[in-house]
Amino acid sequence: MSYKGNFKVWRGDDTSGGLEDFVVEVNEGEVVLDIIHRLQATQAPDLAVRWNCKAGKCGSCSAEINGMPRLLCMTRMSVFTEQETITVTPLRTFPVVRDLVTDVSYNYQKAREVPSFTPPENLGLGEYRMKQRDVERSQEFRKCIECFLCQNTCHVIRDHEENKESFSGPRFLMRIAELEMHPLDTEDRTRDAQDEHGLGYCNITKCCTEVCPEHIKITDNALIPMKERVADRKYDPIVWLGNQLFRRGSHNKH
Amino acid sequence: MVQVQVERFAYDVVVIGAGGAGLRAAIEARQQGKRTAIVTKSLFGKAHTVMAEGGCAASMGNVNAKDNWEVHFRDTMRGGKFLNNWRMAELHAKEAPDRVWELETYGALFDRTKDGRISQRNFGGHTYPRLAHVGDRTGLEMIRTMQQKIVSLQQEDFEEHGDYEAMLKVFPECTITELIKDGDRISGAFAYWRDSGKFLLFETPAIVLATGGIGKSFKVTSNSWEYTGDGHALALRAGATLINMEFVQFHPTGMVWPPSVKGILVTEGVRGDGGVLKNSTGERFMFGYIPDVFKGQYAETEKEADAWYKDQDNNRRTPDLLPRDEVARAINSEVKAGRGSPHGGVFLDIASRLPADEIRRRLPSMYHQFKELADVDITSQPMEVGPTCHYVMGGVEVDPDTASSVVPGLFAAGEVAGGMHGSNRLGGNSLSDLIVFGRRAGLGAVSYLDGLAERPTISESDVDDAANRAVAPFDWPTEGQAENPYTIHAELQQSMNDLVGIIRKEEEVQQALDKLVELKERARFVAVEGRREFNPGWHLSLDLRNMLLVSECVAKAALMRTESRGGHTRDDFPGMDAQWRNTLLVCSSDERGTHAEVAAKPQEPMREDLLELFELSELEKYYTDEELTQHSGRAGQ
Repeated sequence: MSYKGNFKVWRGDDTSGGLEDFVVEVNEGEVVLDIIHRLQATQAPDLAVRWNCKAGKCGSCSAEINGMPRLLCMTRMSVFTEQETITVTPLRTFPVVRDLVTDVSYNYQKAREVPSFTPPENLGLGEYRMKQRDVERSQEFRKCIECFLCQNTCHVIRDHEENKESFSGPRFLMRIAELEMHPLDTEDRTRDAQDEHGLGYCNITKCCTEVCPEHIKITDNALIPMKERVADRKYDPIVWLGNQLFRRGSHNKH
Repeated sequence: MVQVQVERFAYDVVVIGAGGAGLRAAIEARQQGKRTAIVTKSLFGKAHTVMAEGGCAASMGNVNAKDNWEVHFRDTMRGGKFLNNWRMAELHAKEAPDRVWELETYGALFDRTKDGRISQRNFGGHTYPRLAHVGDRTGLEMIRTMQQKIVSLQQEDFEEHGDYEAMLKVFPECTITELIKDGDRISGAFAYWRDSGKFLLFETPAIVLATGGIGKSFKVTSNSWEYTGDGHALALRAGATLINMEFVQFHPTGMVWPPSVKGILVTEGVRGDGGVLKNSTGERFMFGYIPDVFKGQYAETEKEADAWYKDQDNNRRTPDLLPRDEVARAINSEVKAGRGSPHGGVFLDIASRLPADEIRRRLPSMYHQFKELADVDITSQPMEVGPTCHYVMGGVEVDPDTASSVVPGLFAAGEVAGGMHGSNRLGGNSLSDLIVFGRRAGLGAVSYLDGLAERPTISESDVDDAANRAVAPFDWPTEGQAENPYTIHAELQQSMNDLVGIIRKEEEVQQALDKLVELKERARFVAVEGRREFNPGWHLSLDLRNMLLVSECVAKAALMRTESRGGHTRDDFPGMDAQWRNTLLVCSSDERGTHAEVAAKPQEPMREDLLELFELSELEKYYTDEELTQHSGRAGQ
C-alpha cells in the first residue's frame, strides 16, 4: 500500500537553483501534489508551490513532471513505478519566482490585449437568444482553466523569449476564436489575430492540444479555423477588391 | 521591532477576495466611478467559485413558466428552516434573474433551452428547474465571465487614461492580515505579497469582504486552501459581529476514495439529472428519510419519483433531491447502520439511469474527475460518495440592503456574509447570492463613500503593529518548544471534523473547545524557517490564527444551540425547537482575536406580506403559536 518514493524537486529562485533529492512516503491513490504537501509538512516547510483546489478545476498547480507539463493535482502516483525517481520542476517558459512557482504575468498581459466581448446594442436583459449548437463551439474553449500548460509547451515561446512580445500563445489565440464564434458578438478580431497576436507563428504541431488537461482541441477547433478565417479574409476577392479600391482612392488624393 | 518598508496605495474601495462576490462588487464600484482594488490570495481567476459545479439559481421561468420570485423565496426559507434573514432571501429571489441575464451581456455562455433562452436544471429543494448552468462547470463560467468583464473595464480605462489600472487594479497573490480603523471607522488594510513577502498598506475608507468560507478548519472538505476564514476573522477583530456560525453545510456527496481525494465535490447536478442514491443492498434509501416538515412535498414511490423527471405537474420530486442537510444525515445514518459502500460512503448511480453519451455531455467534469482520480467510469459503474464540509451558512452580520456590517466602512458579501441561507443553503443559491449581494455590497460601499465628509486616516503605530504581528512567526521562541504550523493545522482539522462535524453532542463539542484552548496556546509558539519569499509555512502560520478564531466561534455557537436545525445536528437534542427558530447566536471577539464570545439575540420577525406567502399549516411546523397570531389563516379564529 505504502512505499518510499524517490523525488528530485527543483529548488531555487530567479538567480540560482538546482534539483534536490528527497525520499518521501507514498500512499495508495495519491497524486504528485500530495507528495509535495507531505514534503512541506515533514521535510521542507518553505518549499514553494502554487495550488488551490486540488481537484483539477482551478489550473494553479502547473509544473513539469519528468519534463512533461502537467497539473500536480491530476497526476496520479500510480502512473509511475515504485522504483522510478520522479523529477518535479517549474514551468520552463516563465520566470521562476521560487521553487515550483513561476511568474505567469505574461498571460495576464496578453489577456488584456484581446478586444473584449462586444454585445449587440439592441438587446436588453433576458433578450439574448442563442441555439445550443451555436454556443457549443465557444463553450468548448470556455472550459479552459487557465493552467497555461499550453502556453508553457508552445515551442514559439518555450525557448524563444524574444517571441513573447509578438505572440499571445495558444490560450489567447483560442480566446480570440471563442469570441469570434460567439453567436452575438459584434466585433471582428480576425485581422488582429494575425497582426497583433501572432497567429502566423503557429505551425499546428498540436503540442498545446496534447497537454491540455481539459482535453480542449485547441489546434483543430480554435487555431486552424482562425487561420482559415484569416486566409479567407486575405484572399477573399471582394475584400481584395475593396482594399485595392481603398488604396487607389487614398493614393489619388496625393 | 522590525524595520519595515511598506508600499502604500490609496483607493476608494478595496475588495478582499476575487471570487464571484468580490468581482461583482468591484465591477459595481468601478462602474459607479470609484477607484477600486481587488486583493486576492490567489492568481486572478482561480478563486474557489471555479469549483461550483451545478448552477446558479434564478427564477427566470425559462423551463417551467410557473416559477417566479415568490416560489424561489419560499424554497429558500424552507431550505434554511425559516431561520434565514428574510429580507436577504427576498432581495435574492427578486434580483437573481437580472443578475444572471447581466452576465450574458458580459459574454457568459450558459446552456440553452430549445427556444434559445438560458436552460435551467433541477436541484435539491428547488420546486422548479431553476439553475442556470454550463454543464457541470458553472462556477468557472461565472468567474471567467466576470474576470473578462473586469478586463474590458480596464480596456476602457486604458482608452481614457492610458493606463489599464487607472481605476481598477487586481493585486494577485496578496494577503490582507489586518484591517485598520480610525476611531470606529475603517481606514485601511495591511497586507503582504505572497511572492516577495513585502508589505503593502491600503489607505481606503471602504472595504468589501468577499473572502468565502472556513472549510479548511475541517479535515474532509470540498474547499480549497484559501478557505481559512480570513474575512470572518478580520471582521471580528475589527469589531464586527458574526451570526449563524453553528450552521456548517456538509455536502452529501463528496468523493470518499482514494483517501487523497476524500472530500472533493460530486455535484448535486448528478441527482438533478437523474442520479439516485443507493445503499449496499441496492435500496434507494432516501424514501425512508423524508422528514415530517417535508412530508407531502416529495415522491413516496420510485415510480412517482422517476415519472417526476418527465412530468413535474403530476408527480412529486424524488427525495434524492431533499435539501442537503437531510441527504447528508441520511447517508450518515445508512453508513452507521452498516449499509455503506466498501470505502465508507453510499452509492450514487447515474450509469443505470442515463445513456453513456448523455452522462459525458451533461457531466463532463464528473466523468473526468472519477476516471482520472479514482479509476471509476461513471457511465458504467456507480460512484461512492459521502458527506464533506462544503459551506458555512454563518458569516458577518450585515444590513440586507447595503451589505454593511456594524463597523462603518466594512461590507461583506457572498459566503463570508451571514443570514441569507439561514440554517442550510440550497444548492444553486450560492452563485446567485454572490452576484446579487456582490453588486449590493459594491453599491453599499459607493453610497457610504458619497456620504463621507472626510477620508479617515491611518496611524503609523497601527502599521508598525500590523507589521510586527505579521513577521512574528520568524522569531523562534527563546524558551519552550517551537511549533510546526502544519502540525497544529492538522490537529485542528481532525478535532473539528471529529467533534464539531455533521453530528454533534455536548461532551464532544466541549472536548473540541478544550482542544482549541490548547492549540491557541501552542500557536503562540509557531515558528517558521526560511525567508519571506513565497514561504508557505509562514503563510499558513498567519492563516492559522484566523482558522483558530473562527473554529472557536463555530464550536461555541454549536454548544449553545440546544436543538437540531439545518447544518447543525445535535445528537443530544435531535428535534427542531420553535423557540430557537427566531434566535440568532452572535459572535464577537477582542481586538487581537484571542477570544471569541457568543450571545443570543432575537431575529426580526418576517414582514407580514412575506409571511402570507406561506400556508399557515406549513408555518405551524416551524413557528411558535404566539408568532402566528397575525397570519390571515388565524384571523377570525
